[in-house]
Amino acid sequence: MTVATTALLAMLRSMMLIREFEELAIRLRTAGRIYGVVHPYTGQEAVAVGVCACLNRTDRITSTHRGHGHCIAKGADIKRMMAELFGRVDGYCKGKGGSMHIADFSIGMMGANGVVGAGLPMAAGAALAAQLDGRGGVAVCFFGDGAVTEGEFHEALNISAVWNLPIVFVCENNLYASNNAIAVQHRVTSIAPHAAGYGMPGVALDGNNVLAVLEAAEVAVDRARSGKGPSLIECNTYRWYFHSMRDEPPPEKRPAGEVALWKGRDPIARLSADLIGRRLLSESEFDAMRRQILIDLDEAVAFAGDSPFPEPGALQEDMYAPER
Amino acid sequence: MPLSGDRHAHPIMNVPTIPEAMMRTISYAQALDEAIAEEMRRDEKVITMATDFTGEPMKEFGPERVRFTPISESVMTGMGLGASACGYRPVVNWRSVTFCFVAMDQIINQASKIRYMVGGQADFPVTYRCSTGMSMGSGMAAQHSQSPYSIWMHVAGLKIILPSKPADAKGLLKSAIRDNNPVVSFECGRLNTMMGPVPDGDHLVPLGVAEVKRVGQDVTVVALAYYVQESLAAADSLAREGISVEVVDPRTLVPLDVHTIRASVRKTGRLIVVDEAPPMCSAAAEIAALVVEDAATFLALKAPVQRVCAVPVPVPYSPPLEMAALPDVEDIVAAIRRVLEFELEN
Repeated sequence: MTVATTALLAMLRSMMLIREFEELAIRLRTAGRIYGVVHPYTGQEAVAVGVCACLNRTDRITSTHRGHGHCIAKGADIKRMMAELFGRVDGYCKGKGGSMHIADFSIGMMGANGVVGAGLPMAAGAALAAQLDGRGGVAVCFFGDGAVTEGEFHEALNISAVWNLPIVFVCENNLYASNNAIAVQHRVTSIAPHAAGYGMPGVALDGNNVLAVLEAAEVAVDRARSGKGPSLIECNTYRWYFHSMRDEPPPEKRPAGEVALWKGRDPIARLSADLIGRRLLSESEFDAMRRQILIDLDEAVAFAGDSPFPEPGALQEDMYAPER
Repeated sequence: MPLSGDRHAHPIMNVPTIPEAMMRTISYAQALDEAIAEEMRRDEKVITMATDFTGEPMKEFGPERVRFTPISESVMTGMGLGASACGYRPVVNWRSVTFCFVAMDQIINQASKIRYMVGGQADFPVTYRCSTGMSMGSGMAAQHSQSPYSIWMHVAGLKIILPSKPADAKGLLKSAIRDNNPVVSFECGRLNTMMGPVPDGDHLVPLGVAEVKRVGQDVTVVALAYYVQESLAAADSLAREGISVEVVDPRTLVPLDVHTIRASVRKTGRLIVVDEAPPMCSAAAEIAALVVEDAATFLALKAPVQRVCAVPVPVPYSPPLEMAALPDVEDIVAAIRRVLEFELEN
């Protein structure tokens, strides 16, 4: 598969932005500048970026509680994301949703979700809409291995197969559902074989290799776009950090060797080394890219900090749609 | 925008009398089928999903818009919500309301909250239909007989319709489909065979407007669904004794037309609420609270508010037990007599 250099650099930049956004979110949560819960996507960046690289702006995705990466990969504005984490009026949800409900419907990002598995039915609904529209639109549903033990996974795969919906189910198998290892929750610890039971193709791949993700996603997205129906992609990956944090990062309970092993499979380091090795990117260009990302994030924090908190009078706004 | 309390979008309307030539007599079930068919003809974005359908929508609208689903209430509930955010107006029929309990996350965590959670970025014009109420001797028992609308009233974010006659069934369901919010249509199973006049043409009943089904002076009976006709029967029998009963049908529970209910109670000074759900945390409880917390209405009360509701048990199978669990006309009459005989000591 030949991927244009500009596309490779865009993917690298997107993964780096996700990485730095999450590092910053952890610091800001510890400092008390943002509220609620942070579920860092760190380590899994290649999945969101590789899949979203195949999508158009009008294609739709649903996400999870670990949703910042999907937002950024789909093209969300980090200023409005940060303002949402800050609970401010310029946030995507005007401060009403926070990290777990961040969404940008204008770019087809239909929302993070605080409930495991809950995004699958909504993504299937978006796929139904795309099928009825008949314009080749596609829906992608991101979820974790934890969602596979929810009934909605099975309901959504089944109905999508029966109706031949244009949808790609992307399982980010990061080996832990909340804080429980996958073997505690599944007798069969590979997710892709579930696809056969529902009559759709299922592949498992290295989710820390963005090019492998891209290649599999292109096959699945093309299949959906051309009316051939749904697919399941299992991306084997790992979150570098804890499931969630509030006031400060919780202690690491996973085996140190396992964490180190997966950090050695850093998807960003792998792509940047590849690009530098192929002379498509220089060390100084890589450094400049990172510096610019940090500047952009500083601006996002300034934007969020300058945005006012919602007025109490806004409490009951947005409950119901106005009459037409 | 709050949907209960004093805010009232519509004035009380005196519905003009429609000549009989412009009405047809049809059943409640047929009125609901007609509502779906008319809205599907009117707007190609209306689609419908269920494990089975009454009528023959497939014949007219075809398999793209009429979707037979697997028995997967959770996914069909969430799909309706998802498709509604993408330009469609799905009508998802859970059939028995009890089946949708397996889709509770999609109803409560998703459908009722999503618009607010995302700061009003999108609208979600999805309609969820279900049959509700007791089976009245047909032995459907506890897992197929319930009237749990107050659960959804409690969950801010859903609108709720509860029609009591064919014309309201048609007009409310059509309005629900056109509404840009998730609406739950509770359709009383015992009313399916009820016949009644329905206006010809594009008959709409607005959400949030109660109807005074019978004008009276002595006592207000707010009745829900099946118990509208039972309350009208109670009013008829008491009229022979010179007792004048006003029967108010809220027709929608969210938004609730508290204005019409309070105005009626201020006039009569007495309130009875009749429903086939048990009384605890019920629509009847909410209506009673909304009446007594308004100072002017409270001061007009001449007797304690009474609820005539179901006995709080799972609906039993054996017909005599089921009948014993339900209110009937005699219970309504007895409650009316109680409030009329009550005298304030002060």
